[in-house]
Amino acid sequence: MSLILAIIALGAIGLIAALLLYFASRKFAVHEDERIGQVGAVLPQANCGGCGFPGCAGFAGACVKAADAGSLEGLLCPVGGQPVMEQVAEILGMAVEASAPKVAVVRCNGSCENRPRLVQFDGAPSCKVQQMIGMGETGCSYGCYGCGDCVAACQFDAIHINPETLLPEVDEEKCTACGACAKACPRQIIEVRLKGPKNRRMVVLCNNKDKGAIANKWCKASCIGCGKCVKVCEKFEAITLTKNLAYIDAEKCKLCRKCEEACPKGAIHAINMPPRKPKAETPSIPNTQSTPNAPTQNVEPSKAE
Amino acid sequence: MKTFKIGGVHPEENKLSAGQPIREAQLPKQAIFSMFQHIGAPANAVVKKGDQVKVGTLLGEAGGFVSAPIYSSVSGKVSKVDVALDASGLRRMAVTVDVEGDEWEESIDRSKDLIRLSDRPELDAKTIVEKIKTAGIVGMGGATFPTHVKLCPPPGKVAECVIVNAVECEPYLTADHSLMLAHPDEILVGLQLVMKAVGVTKGYIGIENNKPDAIQLMTEKAKQYPEIEVVPLKLKYPQGGEKQLIDAVIGRQVPAPPALPIDTGAIVQNVGTCFAIYEAVMKNKPLIDRVITVTGKSLKHPSNLLARLGTPFSQLIDECGGLPEDTGKVIGGGPMMGKALLSLDVPMTKGSSGLLIMNDKEAKRAEVDPCIRCAKCVGACPMGLEPYLLAKVSELRDWDAAEQEDITSCIECGSCQFTCPSHRPLLDYIRLGKSTVMGIIRSRVAK
Amino acid sequence: MNKLIVSLSPHVHGGDSVQKNMYGVCIALLPAMLASFYFFGLGAVTVMLTSILACVFFEWAITKFVLKRQRLTILDGSAILTGMLLAFNLPSNLPLWIIILGALFAIGVGKMTFGGLGQNIFNPALAGRVFLLISFPVQMTTWPVSGEMTYLDAQTGATPLSLMQKAILEKDASILNDLPSSLDMLIGQTGGSLGEVSALLLLLGCIFMLCKKIITWHIPVSIIATVLVFAGLLHLANPIYANPLQVIFSGGLMLGACYMATDYVTSPMAPKGQLIYGVCIGLLTVIIRNWGAYPEGMSFAIIIMNAFTPLINNYCKPTRFGEVARKEAAK
Repeated sequence: MSLILAIIALGAIGLIAALLLYFASRKFAVHEDERIGQVGAVLPQANCGGCGFPGCAGFAGACVKAADAGSLEGLLCPVGGQPVMEQVAEILGMAVEASAPKVAVVRCNGSCENRPRLVQFDGAPSCKVQQMIGMGETGCSYGCYGCGDCVAACQFDAIHINPETLLPEVDEEKCTACGACAKACPRQIIEVRLKGPKNRRMVVLCNNKDKGAIANKWCKASCIGCGKCVKVCEKFEAITLTKNLAYIDAEKCKLCRKCEEACPKGAIHAINMPPRKPKAETPSIPNTQSTPNAPTQNVEPSKAE
Repeated sequence: MKTFKIGGVHPEENKLSAGQPIREAQLPKQAIFSMFQHIGAPANAVVKKGDQVKVGTLLGEAGGFVSAPIYSSVSGKVSKVDVALDASGLRRMAVTVDVEGDEWEESIDRSKDLIRLSDRPELDAKTIVEKIKTAGIVGMGGATFPTHVKLCPPPGKVAECVIVNAVECEPYLTADHSLMLAHPDEILVGLQLVMKAVGVTKGYIGIENNKPDAIQLMTEKAKQYPEIEVVPLKLKYPQGGEKQLIDAVIGRQVPAPPALPIDTGAIVQNVGTCFAIYEAVMKNKPLIDRVITVTGKSLKHPSNLLARLGTPFSQLIDECGGLPEDTGKVIGGGPMMGKALLSLDVPMTKGSSGLLIMNDKEAKRAEVDPCIRCAKCVGACPMGLEPYLLAKVSELRDWDAAEQEDITSCIECGSCQFTCPSHRPLLDYIRLGKSTVMGIIRSRVAK
Repeated sequence: MNKLIVSLSPHVHGGDSVQKNMYGVCIALLPAMLASFYFFGLGAVTVMLTSILACVFFEWAITKFVLKRQRLTILDGSAILTGMLLAFNLPSNLPLWIIILGALFAIGVGKMTFGGLGQNIFNPALAGRVFLLISFPVQMTTWPVSGEMTYLDAQTGATPLSLMQKAILEKDASILNDLPSSLDMLIGQTGGSLGEVSALLLLLGCIFMLCKKIITWHIPVSIIATVLVFAGLLHLANPIYANPLQVIFSGGLMLGACYMATDYVTSPMAPKGQLIYGVCIGLLTVIIRNWGAYPEGMSFAIIIMNAFTPLINNYCKPTRFGEVARKEAAK
């Protein structure tokens, strides 16, 4: 008898609990867009956070939201790269533009030698903190502070401060072009640029928008906005001069290296290119890359001073 | 004796130049006038290279309502209108004048006679504010907020009293102290002008009790004006902060931002500002000079100088015995809130209340230890915040948490870092957090 | 001239340092330490020295070999202080190996596991003491009587706390007559751990710390006041509970209230939170002493409240400037 009672009692409890659970699951059901799960399935699930979202689920949610808004632009899984983004785009019914691989480039060559420290900063080790004292340790208002906010921002251990130059250097193998360092830099020195054919590219390694005289005074390797590079590039129109600073459009650049020769301050660098063969017929042009020399007569500072 | 209620610290006073009478500084050879001498929109330069200017000639006109015009403090020829390094450490627009002679605009009354308010019964509130605005007067305690804006309370807010900030709680500085000893009557008339401009009948002068001679003199002189009361205050930093001073003098606390000090009915003006207002209204003299304390333990002659704006700091140092060999740091302002200078060739501005030279031993910060959570920063914070926490969340870039913990209430007085036994750069990180959170709030409001 | 240094304000510092605070507490403990040497002789000296040396050694060894940090922290005074406080919590006839084990637990588990100074959740000395109390209950609860100058073979006897607990268990108020007078307990003529003897000297040290602004009054005052009130009410209700004065002068209460509960790292930050923390410690201490299995409840009470400190910090914020005005405006 007691056995039957126990069975009835337990059965009743079980039934009531089951009913409760059923209604609870109905009442409190959370409706999730099923596409988030589908997108998540093609992601690497490394949860590295390199995309800037909290894990792969967060990124999947952001992708679905962006797709509803009309464009997947700016979203990139740095680990999976292009193939994964294509799959994501397919799931979400979007077209993803084939984008060439990119890499972060530090546009400052103000090493200790090129750009002497005038004062000494003493405080919390952060570029953004140093920014609050004004120009920083050197006379350049646009150059690298060297405190490593970019290093702290990098999830992939791909950027490090070189203790000799006090400038950050990008490890191109590890860099995923996620852009975290570019966002962290208070002076917008780091640019995420096209890697270029065979990783070869021409870059103006300077961010100084001051007039030529000031830029020239405080840094041996600064762009003084003389415009010579613009002239030699008339054919391709890849170089533009805005606010006393030359900029090379990576899509238009044909890697002819004429601008490198033309730059009187050695601010234009050819990256990953073989060293130049010494040309017998043009001995007057100094090898600007290896010796970013002090201003010569070629320098034409703008008329300000 | 009255003081503010929460927190506070007692830095060593080091008033080396106390008791030194005000000395007039020599005219510079070249004066540089930054167009960014105040909070708000920069002034726009109205002169060009080659123009002849006199003392009192307009160099830059106000760039908006919250802005102030800038006048030449020397006579000579404009040699440059270009960017130049200023005390903030940035290269910004400035007018450089090569000095020739000392010729003044005729409209300025250079006599020393005291003109009382009763001598000019025709002055009304509107005229006074207009004159202050034209003279380019800004808060001279260091905040450099345009004074005419402060004297026009936003609609719905009513001023009840004016408080003169004669606290000078920063260590080393004695500019306000020496000004009170030299020109007590002018300051009192200046205060009366402010009271008339905002239409109130009660004025207080708050002075810390480390200046007994100033308290005595001002009390003596204020006897003839029953509406003005001198309030001696207990020595405590940061009593010169606007919110702390209102709390100390009339016992009312300004609520957290976006509330303004005017919500308590008080308008606070610095002593130097009162003096400048007197000169502007009664003598027609725009803001072209101010008293600056040049001081430091290694400096030969710490002094209070009456110097023309635009004078390079290096010249002021030369006048006080030259730059000492062991200089490690030069600070524009006091040691608690002043700004370290990147170069000595930058010019003094309307907000330069002091120039402090520290030797290299004092200048270096001690090595940083881990936070031991001793809560001394919490006890020292005059705003009732938790500096250790604000610094931590700012270091970790958790801006939401920083906003929740009221980081925007911070007045950057430095009491927390001053008191920290682990020598942590608390305020460095709190400033970073505060400016970021302010930016986030602004962009949210803009949406 | 050298390069100018630039930094953000403030450019001056008050001169306070971690060392000053840590050694300040050590100095405050000195009189009580000397008193314990006077009352317990050789045993006290042995226990004290072993504990301090072991703590400093473990701190050095762990920083250097396990955490591999460049900067050694043994001179900041925190390890010495932990050693002193641990010794104050031990009976003077404890074998050396147990002391060393306690020091290892205090520094190794209580402090360095969490990352070193400033990171620990529990007071390291108390963690060591509680570990020993649970692991070696017999050795930890046989105290030599006061005046025994030798080390291991000292004569042991009942402490005031065990008498108090016995009185409650046997519901016999007459047992309390065997207690030393309040005055004797204040001066220290009782048996117990090293730091349980002289409430007066501990109190003196506490006043020294208050004057030097090493600690604030909130925690010690709130603990002692709570115990006084709670124990007083119990005593009034039923005389089997001891006289409140004897309660606050007995056992490790004074040591705990002035030196252990006020540990910077493990106590709340805001004054309001410190008061809540102190009151809770006071209540828990009386509860554990009267109705718990152990005669002494101070260490457990502090350890329990250490665990609540983050929660208290989260909910107890200091009064913000202008908060009163804002509330009035809301009305």
